[in-house]
Amino acid sequence: MTQTKAFARGFRDGLSVPGFVLISSFLGFGALIRESEFTLFQGLLSTATGWALPAQIAMVELYTAGASFLVIALAVALTNVRLLPMTVVLMPILRSASTPRWLPYVAVHWLAITGWAQALRVCPELPRPVRIAYFMGFSMVLWPGAMLGTLLGYFLAGSVPLAVSLGLVFLNPIYFMLVFASDLRIKARVWALGLGAVLGPLLHLYLPDMSLLVTGLVAGSLAFVIGGGLSRKKQGAS
Amino acid sequence: MKETLTSWGPYIALAVTFAVTYGWRSLGVALSGRIRTDSLIFEWVTCVAYALLAGLVARMIILPLGALAETPVIDRLGAALLALAVFFLTRKNLFLGVFSGFACLVLLTWGRAGFVIG
Repeated sequence: MTQTKAFARGFRDGLSVPGFVLISSFLGFGALIRESEFTLFQGLLSTATGWALPAQIAMVELYTAGASFLVIALAVALTNVRLLPMTVVLMPILRSASTPRWLPYVAVHWLAITGWAQALRVCPELPRPVRIAYFMGFSMVLWPGAMLGTLLGYFLAGSVPLAVSLGLVFLNPIYFMLVFASDLRIKARVWALGLGAVLGPLLHLYLPDMSLLVTGLVAGSLAFVIGGGLSRKKQGAS
Repeated sequence: MKETLTSWGPYIALAVTFAVTYGWRSLGVALSGRIRTDSLIFEWVTCVAYALLAGLVARMIILPLGALAETPVIDRLGAALLALAVFFLTRKNLFLGVFSGFACLVLLTWGRAGFVIG
């Protein structure tokens, strides 16, 4: 498989359900931009450079509420902390011996939940050298698609029936839920998903700012232990 | 000074968001070159990533931010469960699963409004 073929396959895969879901979720962000102090151009820039919807929403709301840049930086850091373990998990799959050192640092900008889950599912079946090309092809549908969603949301705000616009925003978590539920073969991972799903909303009630980080560490570590992570023999030096 | 900050403020906020977000990503790339995929620490990081994402998705369904928060939690949970059921009954058809969740929430929201359409 050539780089071009892999990129094209990623592009085609992006053009179905994931692309549609992502465009829909950014409609809500476009509507939010319209009610905020941000211009449409700044909203599009946020989607292009931030590429992580929950933190984009947090930033716009905090700025509009008059928060300082330090508070914004902290909130974004806590909201986006998931990108660190996600990158550590995906990069070894995307990299190959022939990958230039700088390339992962460029490609990682497009790493977000949708592309991450897709690459984890598809890339292990592809030859190593073309995996980044597949990931980039997929991302090059999602990224412009999200900007299109932001644009549409900005102009359509208020003209779509409320029930439909709520349904469109709801597509995003439903899609993620199904993608994670589709692969339940590894015991530790199932525990991580289950415990995380219970702990996430609970902690959000008591520790809204830190809830994601704490959920990841506590539920993830528990799942690691229950799933047999500690009972296995250590390979090589620890 | 105040006016300058008002016009440049959003750009500073965007730059801060980009810098912090890309910081996590690039740190992930740097670390991933040092962690062996057959090591325990890699397994633990994988568990942490999945738990964190599951927590985020569950929060988006049960305690959403924004306009979705106005809908009753039972409607959102019902729509999510229907989506799961349809997904597994159709041999993991992503489109049908996602669509039934969407349709269920839309219909429930309309139904509660007393079928006021238009």
